[in-house]
Amino acid sequence: MRVISRVFLLLFLTVFLVTPVMASDTIKIGAILSVTGPASFLGAPEANTLKMLVDEINSKGGIKGKKIELIIKDSSASPEKAISFAKQLIEEERVFAIIGPSTSGETLKIKSICEKGRTICISCAAAERIVNPVARYVFKTPQKDSFAARKIFMQMKKMGIKRIGVVVGNTGFGKAGKAQLEKLAPEYGIDIVISEVYDKRATDLTALVTKLKAKGVEAVVNWSIVPAQSIIAKNMRQIGFNVPLFQSHGFGNIKYVRAAGAAAEGIIFPAGRLLVAEELPDNHPQKPVLLKYKRDYEARYKEEVSTFGGHAYDALMILVEAIKKAGTDREKVRDAIENLKGFVGTGGIFNFSPKDHNGLDIDSFEMLTVRNGKFVLLEK
Amino acid sequence: MGVELFLQYIAAGVTYGIIYAIVAIGFNIIYNTTGIINFAQGEFVMLGSMIAISLHGVMPLLPSIVLASVVTMFIGALIEVLFIRWLKSPTVLRMIIITIGLSILIRELALSIWGEGVRALPYFTGNEVSSVEIGMIRISPQVLWVVGVCLFMVAVLQGFFHFTLLGRKMRACAANPVAARLCGINTKNMVTLSFMLSALIGAVAGCVVSPITYSQYNMGTGLAIKGFTVAILGGLGNSLAALGGGIVLGILESFSVWFMPSAYKDAISIAILLVILFVRPSGLFGSKERMALKEF
Repeated sequence: MRVISRVFLLLFLTVFLVTPVMASDTIKIGAILSVTGPASFLGAPEANTLKMLVDEINSKGGIKGKKIELIIKDSSASPEKAISFAKQLIEEERVFAIIGPSTSGETLKIKSICEKGRTICISCAAAERIVNPVARYVFKTPQKDSFAARKIFMQMKKMGIKRIGVVVGNTGFGKAGKAQLEKLAPEYGIDIVISEVYDKRATDLTALVTKLKAKGVEAVVNWSIVPAQSIIAKNMRQIGFNVPLFQSHGFGNIKYVRAAGAAAEGIIFPAGRLLVAEELPDNHPQKPVLLKYKRDYEARYKEEVSTFGGHAYDALMILVEAIKKAGTDREKVRDAIENLKGFVGTGGIFNFSPKDHNGLDIDSFEMLTVRNGKFVLLEK
Repeated sequence: MGVELFLQYIAAGVTYGIIYAIVAIGFNIIYNTTGIINFAQGEFVMLGSMIAISLHGVMPLLPSIVLASVVTMFIGALIEVLFIRWLKSPTVLRMIIITIGLSILIRELALSIWGEGVRALPYFTGNEVSSVEIGMIRISPQVLWVVGVCLFMVAVLQGFFHFTLLGRKMRACAANPVAARLCGINTKNMVTLSFMLSALIGAVAGCVVSPITYSQYNMGTGLAIKGFTVAILGGLGNSLAALGGGIVLGILESFSVWFMPSAYKDAISIAILLVILFVRPSGLFGSKERMALKEF
């Protein structure tokens, strides 16, 4: 049996490699996004962004005369669905590349599938493990967790904070963040006194924040992508626990600010510059890109732009840029992405290399805070 | 652990506990008249708060809560009339399966009406950051609303069941449906009434907790599991026992966070449910003799 399956695999791979990928005059791009489900706040703006960009590119005649055919699959944040969609897109649809998935858990599950299928995958998820160790065909656009953690610690150092509490949701994103925070804290002389994981569906965290308060921490870092981000802010203030609250880059959606209401004021978190595009100095290289994306998106969908949609913007535009440079040969396009330098996206300025499949550095993050229900630069 | 911390945990536990107790009382009311567990009970809580949030867009807070509760009450009646009343041989198992199906149906309908977004009613008094100092602890004023409204509902229900003719009729159906029927009580109407009552208290509870826990189309499932645990813990069928069971579970859950990772909080309630089912199926406050008379 094993021999037969190996033979089939070999046969399959040969066919795959020998057949010219682009027989038609469209470029098929697959996207696996959590358009519905618990991570819909990631997937929905990402899907909207892709649709908007593809319409725009196609109305201008496509890339080098070839139109983009976009196939969006809704995985509702389920790794199992992501796996079967990845197989379907690679084996049946024979897509040129895959954009997504939206969450880290899903991406890590399909990493090896894309690798085996020799299909470019540009993930919109944050966890560092997606690109570390580097997989030949797997890239990602959101800034790395470790940079977010470093930014937070740098800010704490400035504020003279030494003893902190860490709380994370039990998702792939939360666990990856916890690992990064615990690994990097000693470098900055910060002591994590208590580190806790809560259920991602938690609706009240009063007991948890009470425990944090009892430990006498000087600041709290919450690392999650779920509504609990707002709940923790409220619960802390309600029990009269008024130390600074830091959040991860997962807080970059104005809806969380609204959900937390007055409790969101003063939350500090790292994020890309999209949320504060108007505030940037005019000579900032990202400003025109950010403003155009923000205005287009908000005009078309009548909702505020979030950094998550920006990750999909970067993923597609990087792919388009590479196709423009290298044509429609998948290997050449892969090489082109790997060598792409100075690409200005919403997340920052991307400089890819064979060792770095993310391409962003720590300066792609700014520290933001919430003032009067709006995101603003912390230092200004 | 200091006194202050201890009290803070108690306060958090009582808040959760009272919410669970209200869901459990909803289970009990229907259980008493029909002998079934209505697994759509959590959905009543969800419907109450979601409808109130939608109505709050066009009217002030109080009328929107009242109207939402009344609407949910009629949905409860409608469910009974459409799906339970006309059953020719209403076996317990059949009715339970129907309620499970209904809970899925309601949840999916809510998903298509309201989407997946998380919504909330505004805080009744103050806002997200206001807190009241009671003795050594600080709590959100909304917690006082939750505790107050829920205790009020329990008191009114107790009064209703013990001092009004209608309430006594319902208790008669619970004690012995055949004898009740022989005395001229329309048991079918009592069943409808029990669905309306439990939908009503579920909806009110949904509205008062919404600012604290947020509302979402799938909030009912978790609450139903907790409420069911509490109903079993206290002893099925007894509302005051449910209140006691709820507070016990709430406090256990909140203290569990001190001793172990908070992600295991939900495991506590399931573990308690299993232990009770094995060791004392009649519940903490229930009697074995009474349980023996029940079909389920």
